[in-house]
Amino acid sequence: MLRTHYISEDEVSMLLNDVLELYGYDFTDYAHASINRRVNYLFKKDRFTSFAEFRFRVKNDKNYVTRFVEEITVNVTEMFRDPFFYTALQKQVLPVLATYPFIRIWHAGCSTGEEVYSLAIMLQEANMLHKAKIYATDINNTVLDKARKGIFPLAHMQQYSRNYIQMGGTQDFSQYYTANYEYAKFSETLSKQIVFAAHNLVTDHSFNEFQLIVCRNVLIYFNKTLQDKILHLFDDSLETFGFLALGSKETLNFTSISHKFRQLENRQKIWRKTIV
Amino acid sequence: MEENNRVTHPRIVVIGGSAGSLRTILEILPNLEPKLQAAIIIVLHRHHVYDSTLTDLLAIKTTLPVKEAEEKEDIQPGTIYIAPSDYHLLVESDYSLSLDYSEKVNYSRPSIDVTLSSAAPVCGARMAALLLSGGNNDGTDGLDEVQSFGGTIAVQDPIDAEVDYMPKHALQTLQVPFVLKNHEMADFINRFAAEDLV
Repeated sequence: MLRTHYISEDEVSMLLNDVLELYGYDFTDYAHASINRRVNYLFKKDRFTSFAEFRFRVKNDKNYVTRFVEEITVNVTEMFRDPFFYTALQKQVLPVLATYPFIRIWHAGCSTGEEVYSLAIMLQEANMLHKAKIYATDINNTVLDKARKGIFPLAHMQQYSRNYIQMGGTQDFSQYYTANYEYAKFSETLSKQIVFAAHNLVTDHSFNEFQLIVCRNVLIYFNKTLQDKILHLFDDSLETFGFLALGSKETLNFTSISHKFRQLENRQKIWRKTIV
Repeated sequence: MEENNRVTHPRIVVIGGSAGSLRTILEILPNLEPKLQAAIIIVLHRHHVYDSTLTDLLAIKTTLPVKEAEEKEDIQPGTIYIAPSDYHLLVESDYSLSLDYSEKVNYSRPSIDVTLSSAAPVCGARMAALLLSGGNNDGTDGLDEVQSFGGTIAVQDPIDAEVDYMPKHALQTLQVPFVLKNHEMADFINRFAAEDLV
């Protein structure tokens, strides 16, 4: 039998409560199906034999909780993911941002940073990177370390280069990295304007006012209550006429901040804040 | 719990398929009961770019509403939901749908296993799963879970499958009570929806 349900939904909630009480990471408003799947996957991967053993480890091993957070948050990403989203950013958002003397961007839930570097490449090509600051945040310190290094598997570059061309990129994509053995290290010119920092969307507050907030495929992991809370955080962190960019299956429609935002006229999930 | 579900939530039929399964799905749809009470979820491996055309293609074949599953929408009876390409589709305990962009499973996103194993504990005996043609192992583990939570499982007769690897793999691994010819599938779904399946 190849089951994936080793522990029940009730046991998962117990565990999430422990993690919240002891370590302050709040996963209790995450969408259940997804978090159940992640927790069960971790249970299997780390070869626990009972829920009691798993729970004991989580409660008593401070180092293990780092691994717990790392493994149950989803960190799958790619450069220029959904290329036409980037085309829309380039054609409809960057020209507006170009009129500002200084550009502040927040990439929330940036994971290992592939999309942050994509944005930096676009800004550089528009000759705007030097006057931009990108705050790239994630709950997970391990992925932030990876993002900070800007080193990604060389094997992915072919796909990323295809995405870049599909997005409308005209340069030679390989100029942005140096290949070394199995890895590609992205140019420090790109990362110079990026600040990588830990930020927990569930518990932490706004830390600046931005003209663009990018948060893609993060909200899908939260329940509606938490989605709404985070959208308010974004609203509070966005200047009037600022832009909010979400993942391709995420929407502001039917949320309590939707009346303040107008979706750009394309098929991408980019909204502009029109009312304070 | 079961009584409660009976009142508020529809039965669910998940159809999973990969290479060669689209033709079979197109054959099933026109023969579904026009007043089908069950919700149908279709998880089909396919390439990213064929996304919107698939919904349109399937919609032509049935009077039931066909739509791409949206993030956090409630599952409605008589509706056909399609897992969006490049996302896993999960069933939440309140009978809503949620999307997930985690690692591919069986080299697939959406993965049939992922949808089935999330639905199995939620729906219990109120779900059926039908596995069609395909060239990989996806679906077998999910069927196992559906069965272990009391759900009904069915597999396309490998003789009828364009690519028989996927249904064969399930049949070699599990005890499957329903091995269906293509022309029997709509009836299987109609009867399951009407709680008329032995």
